[in-house]
Amino acid sequence: MEIGVVELSRLQFATTALFHFLFVPLTLGLSVICAIMETVYVMTDRPIWRQMTKFWGALFGINFAIGVATGITMEFQFGMNWAYYSHYVGDIFGAPLAMEGLMAFFMEATFVGLWFFGWDRLSKRAHLMVGWLVAIATNFSALWILIANGWMQFPVGAQFNPITMRMELTSFFDVALNPVAQAKFVHTVSAGYVCGSVFVLGVSSWYLLKGRHIQLARRSIAVASAFGLAGVMSVIVLGDESGYDASENQKMKMAAIEAMWETEPAPASFTLFGFPDQTTHETKWAIHIPYVMGLIGTRSLTQEIAGIDQLVTRAHDRVRNGIVAYDLMMQIQAQRDSGVDPALIARFRRHEHDLGYALLLKTRVEDPRQATEEQISQAAADTVPHVWPIFWAFRIMVGLGFGMLCMMGYFFWRASFRRMSFPRWALWLAVIATPAPWIAIEMGWIVAEYGRQPWTVAEVLPTALSVSHLSVAEVAVTLAGFVLLYSALFVVEMGLMFKYIRKGPHEDVALTEDWMQRHENRLSGRAEVAK
Amino acid sequence: MILFELVPFEFLRVVWWLLIGVMLIAFALTDGFDMGTGMLLPFVARTDLERRVVINTVGPVWEGNQVWFILGGGSIFAAWPPLYAISFSGFYMAMFLILTALILRPVAFKYRSKREGTRWRAMWDRALFIGGFVPALLFGVAVGNVLLGVPFHLTPDLMPVYEGGLFGKLFGLLRPFALLCGLVSLAMAVMLGAGWLVLKTEGVIQDRARAIGRPAALLALAGYLLAGIWLAYGIQGYGFVTEPPHDGPSNPLLHQVTHGGSWLTAYAERPWIAIAPVLGVLGTLMAWRAIGRRGELSPLGWAQLGGFGMIASVGLVMFPFILPSNTHPDSSLSVWDASSSHLTLFVMLVGGAIFLPLIMVYTAWVYRVLWGKVTPDEVENPDTHAY
Repeated sequence: MEIGVVELSRLQFATTALFHFLFVPLTLGLSVICAIMETVYVMTDRPIWRQMTKFWGALFGINFAIGVATGITMEFQFGMNWAYYSHYVGDIFGAPLAMEGLMAFFMEATFVGLWFFGWDRLSKRAHLMVGWLVAIATNFSALWILIANGWMQFPVGAQFNPITMRMELTSFFDVALNPVAQAKFVHTVSAGYVCGSVFVLGVSSWYLLKGRHIQLARRSIAVASAFGLAGVMSVIVLGDESGYDASENQKMKMAAIEAMWETEPAPASFTLFGFPDQTTHETKWAIHIPYVMGLIGTRSLTQEIAGIDQLVTRAHDRVRNGIVAYDLMMQIQAQRDSGVDPALIARFRRHEHDLGYALLLKTRVEDPRQATEEQISQAAADTVPHVWPIFWAFRIMVGLGFGMLCMMGYFFWRASFRRMSFPRWALWLAVIATPAPWIAIEMGWIVAEYGRQPWTVAEVLPTALSVSHLSVAEVAVTLAGFVLLYSALFVVEMGLMFKYIRKGPHEDVALTEDWMQRHENRLSGRAEVAK
Repeated sequence: MILFELVPFEFLRVVWWLLIGVMLIAFALTDGFDMGTGMLLPFVARTDLERRVVINTVGPVWEGNQVWFILGGGSIFAAWPPLYAISFSGFYMAMFLILTALILRPVAFKYRSKREGTRWRAMWDRALFIGGFVPALLFGVAVGNVLLGVPFHLTPDLMPVYEGGLFGKLFGLLRPFALLCGLVSLAMAVMLGAGWLVLKTEGVIQDRARAIGRPAALLALAGYLLAGIWLAYGIQGYGFVTEPPHDGPSNPLLHQVTHGGSWLTAYAERPWIAIAPVLGVLGTLMAWRAIGRRGELSPLGWAQLGGFGMIASVGLVMFPFILPSNTHPDSSLSVWDASSSHLTLFVMLVGGAIFLPLIMVYTAWVYRVLWGKVTPDEVENPDTHAY
């Protein structure tokens, strides 16, 4: 494959987005976990909970800084590298990004400073409120960006305007309440909770193994295992919902996840394992589980799930129909200045939904109306993404997800019903499993985004058309720059994380003794009254 | 949905022009003092304790201030997609430099005090200086280029094409007038930073901030006046051949634009806009005076008024243009032909009407909670000073 601006731009976006998303889920999870711990502190007045809040809060701060820093790139990268995309869908895609700033980023950034600087300036309750506002704002920011991303997967509430040559919003409610976006939001946010919980569990287990900070570690495990168990169950349920949505709205992605080359009689079997081969359209060494795929994808025993070959045949027809739409669009353009015939627009609306398929031809021929039969076949074949990375990324994600469910369930059970006694093997497992949520989350994004190819906006705008008018040298320089900068930041961040974990919490002996004194006074006071 | 059609398209376009102006000015005036503080850091604070005092003055607020930039970017994307597409892909390398500087800043703030070593801290001090200097300079350069017009055109498919390669694009921005604007922007940030430090510190740091703040204010003023003279005699403006409909479709290629005359004829057409440069000159002059006296709040207040007037004057003389093209004037973007659709602008206005006032209220509350001087004794308390 020739490396051009498109490939480099995609690589740069993938690098910066996947890197940014190493920090986002931990921010999501820890913000809520810290708020829970501070709530317990305010309710019980026990200094240990304040200590826990401050300790996990410090780690949250180290992580948050890089999350913010790398998030800046994301906000501007669409314009920098994806100029035609920004023009073509900015009318819809820009609004959630602006709402994210208005509703979430401001709240998050304003209160996070106060949270760190406000321990002595605010009353306990006011400080707790600030902590919850940070957590809520963090979750809101995920909501809006996932509404934007959900629209790229399943573009609802918009239509093409041939005069302004772009997609325009027709219903904001359709965009905001897009079922794909809603399922994605809960799935992603819950994944963040799991990430935060596994992190807290892993660090606390290490302390228990070393015999350090026992009080803090055991309480932290109690919080993390309960919160994490709820989170991981939510991830799995909403992941299933996303799968169901995908088989409705993103059939090609679904077929690629399953490496389902041909349509099977319903209910389809689930391929547990195998090696998909893109050239022969076969999956070698496949192990099938009957019925399961049909049940997950359609929730019925009779509905079929379309295979890749059948979808390519359909794509053929859609490219042809798209050429009709493209021709009508050009006719409308020609009449632009003299007034457009409404009948022409009505005809265009009937074919409009396939316009994107005609744009697939643009990489091969300047004017899609001049396309040869062979080019149409090639364009239809282009609609198949690379199957094996999607197939495997999905299986790694799901496998790790169920693994974490077992681990969280076990720790929750030991914490709740076995007096917080944890066998050493389990503690070691928790330490070793700490990277698991990150791997699962990154794999999930690969399934979602790589599985959407060759589109940036599914069936509307091809990736190859979306890029900016830049030279290879420019994108190569910035890509190298981002890789260097981010690598350096990563080393610094990990260094600080390990340093602060090794150092452990700041144990305020005076505060604890003061509290114990007051506690005893209260108990003896009660005893006095009883007498 | 019929509701949104009750609000005229023309009105929404003007309101969003105003709102984006407000956001960008709010960014310049609040993050401006953070950047100025970053640039002043090596000069007003010599010992590590002094530096921590300076850093902790902006510590709890810089993050919120920076969100004005993020919000401005997101709102430009939502309200003027073509501007978002052309400016950021056209100013590609400059944007990359700004992003690099802005990425270093959050990390520098948070990580500097996390280790003791002098080399570690000196490294982050440099990052804070760069994080102030590079964006402040380049934002000014960008404004200068917008006034001059930049080399781009739109294809019939409305694909933006910005002329020049890797070096052409970056160095093409460094035209003399644009560099002058960059200088004004730098001086303004230093003036704002000095005003902030006068308010938030005392003793030797405050004295040094006053000493640097005064010449910075004079430099900003002189540069601004020089740029005004240059605009009057040496730089051509842009105008429509025939006034486009204010509620027409957003396709810049539908209208012809001429490159000629002067931007400053706007003062003849709309004399009331002269208030902006008057405030700009007055505010900066008063800031110069106030920094030299005993007042502690007035320098920042006057500096912000001056900055507001200067930046607003640029937007007002250019109205309705937002990004002219000097090579293909017909591709120039204006408020009337480069906005989002009627519905999108309406929905966003609803969001803005709810959340912008809320943002103002809680931001004001946070500044009130944090009110007061940052002193060397206090910086040692981790419960009030995190950096």
